[in-house]
Amino acid sequence: MADVTAAYPPTRGRRAREVVFRTLSAAALLFVIGPSLWLIADVVVRAVPHWHWDVLTTVPLGTGGGLENAVLGTLVIMVGVLVIAGTVGVLSGIHFAELARPRRSGRAGGAVLRTATEVLSGFPSIVLGYVGYIALCVGLHWGFSLLPALIVLSLMVTPYIAKSTESALRQVPTSYREGAEALGMSTGYALRKVVIRSALPGIVTGLLIALAIAVGETAPLIYTAGITNTLPSASLIHQPIAYLTYYVWTDYNQPIKSTQYLSFDAALILIVLVLVLLVVSRVLVNRTQRHAEGRR
Amino acid sequence: MGDETVSPSAGAALTRRTVSVRRVRALARGSEESVWRWSARVASVIPLAGLAFVLAVLAVKAWPAIKVNGPGFLTRSDWIPGSTYANPVVTNGVAHPVGASYGAWPLIAGTLQTSVIALIVALPISIGTAFALTERLPPWLAKPLSFFVEVLAGIPSVIIGLWGVLTLGPFLAAHVYPLIANHVPNVPVLRYFRGPTGYGEGLLTSGLVLGLMIVPIIASTTRDLFLQVPPLPKEGAEALGMTEAEVARRVTIPWVRSGIIGATVLGLGRALGETIAVAMISGSVLGAVSPNIFGTMTTVAATIVSQLDSAATDGTGFAISTLAEAGLVLAVISVVVNVVARVIVNKSSRHVAPVGRG
Repeated sequence: MADVTAAYPPTRGRRAREVVFRTLSAAALLFVIGPSLWLIADVVVRAVPHWHWDVLTTVPLGTGGGLENAVLGTLVIMVGVLVIAGTVGVLSGIHFAELARPRRSGRAGGAVLRTATEVLSGFPSIVLGYVGYIALCVGLHWGFSLLPALIVLSLMVTPYIAKSTESALRQVPTSYREGAEALGMSTGYALRKVVIRSALPGIVTGLLIALAIAVGETAPLIYTAGITNTLPSASLIHQPIAYLTYYVWTDYNQPIKSTQYLSFDAALILIVLVLVLLVVSRVLVNRTQRHAEGRR
Repeated sequence: MGDETVSPSAGAALTRRTVSVRRVRALARGSEESVWRWSARVASVIPLAGLAFVLAVLAVKAWPAIKVNGPGFLTRSDWIPGSTYANPVVTNGVAHPVGASYGAWPLIAGTLQTSVIALIVALPISIGTAFALTERLPPWLAKPLSFFVEVLAGIPSVIIGLWGVLTLGPFLAAHVYPLIANHVPNVPVLRYFRGPTGYGEGLLTSGLVLGLMIVPIIASTTRDLFLQVPPLPKEGAEALGMTEAEVARRVTIPWVRSGIIGATVLGLGRALGETIAVAMISGSVLGAVSPNIFGTMTTVAATIVSQLDSAATDGTGFAISTLAEAGLVLAVISVVVNVVARVIVNKSSRHVAPVGRG
């Protein structure tokens, strides 16, 4: 702003405020980037010097061992959440975006369901975990096991998937739907072949981010999944299942170094896992944006 | 092709067959739509059903505790499980251990204190970050940094807690907090910032870490909102001779104010319900509100996760029931915050840019 007209005369105060404002906004960015880098570097520094690839192929034993049970358990939980929350979330996103009838007032339909979904997305995860423990593990006698953990986690991330699916579907141009209709496609066929197909990258992105959230959760799992030193079994109930965040949460303040290392190793694996999920989702977004621009 | 029967001539059979194939296809198409419609309808009801189920279980489970603890639950500071060895006594028809006395005031206060600290830290940092990313930095730098901010939102809270309790907390307690605690004058309000700084587990560290956790939520939404502000009003303001700071304060931020409020309240909701990181960093001290900003404390969510184990040892089930009551309090707080945010956003933003990240 070198040229300042008479409407806003240049004064020393305004110039000073401008400098302060710019400095503060740069400082704000540093206050975000700095601690984040510190945090990631901290985990790397704590885990990498003691890293052994055995961690991925052995189970915890006494005060040491590895995390094979937790790595596999986390992968099983990911797949389960993808199946349950993915199905429910994508379908309800389709409902909100495509199928819910608009109300007479012209506003979008499904207001009650939408509000419930929003409220659920802001719901404290530990309360969901508590209810899962009381109602499913104790009430239904399922014990600490995979199914209650999946139900609680899915309930947690379903609103997120529904939301991202809905917005991905809303970005599909209306002309696609009109074109499909002009070609004589039925609504259902057009939905499957045209609308969902062109919204697919956006939907997958939402799924990946939801998976990243689910992988990083601890509170809802502690009292639903339980913990075990054995590898995941095929049973949905009556059999506890290990997961990575548990080891970060319990082992970091154990007196024995080799146990602490498990905690840092688990943290490192988690960070890598989450980063991979988020980077893949970002690559997908970039690719779809490029396609959208090319088409125009 | 169920209606393919013995036919008098090949030609007639062929025609009939084509017709029936067409009919089957048409049927399949019609039914495909109803399959979509019905499965989507069922799926969209599941979140509502889940929410209702969760609230119902909480209410039923909390009812005995509500009857015994009474309204004083919200104002008392005790957290005394009572003697599990003596015979339980019965109050208002509910059996509970002798001497059990629960009060959630320190938990509620801790939840609100940490969340308020988090907001005070996160809001200016988020807006500054969003401003730097949209207006100041060149795109080749702004793009990866924006992604980095979004990645921060995905870092598991247990890892942030690990860093907070092992690295950040001790660092702050050794090098930063003493500067505040030893130099703030000993007068009524500022006295709150004096006191022993401990090892970094406590109120201020928890609030700061929560702030770092909600910055990505608020910052990335605010950044998206800033990008949606049309350039003309900004250029007009610049043509009038406003500086960048003035444009931001008088044009850009007011343009998306309700969206920023919505994002902030979303962040507040996350801070209120955050469990693991706070359970690791707060010091988990039950029974008292911290006398100063450095003191150890706990929150509702952290208490539920750290006490459920020992609550299960109460044979009367009263401790479990009390945790349900605490969970109900937390649920009510977070639902109210959420609904208020929606009302604010809906009321003030009808005509302005779309709010949130869709």
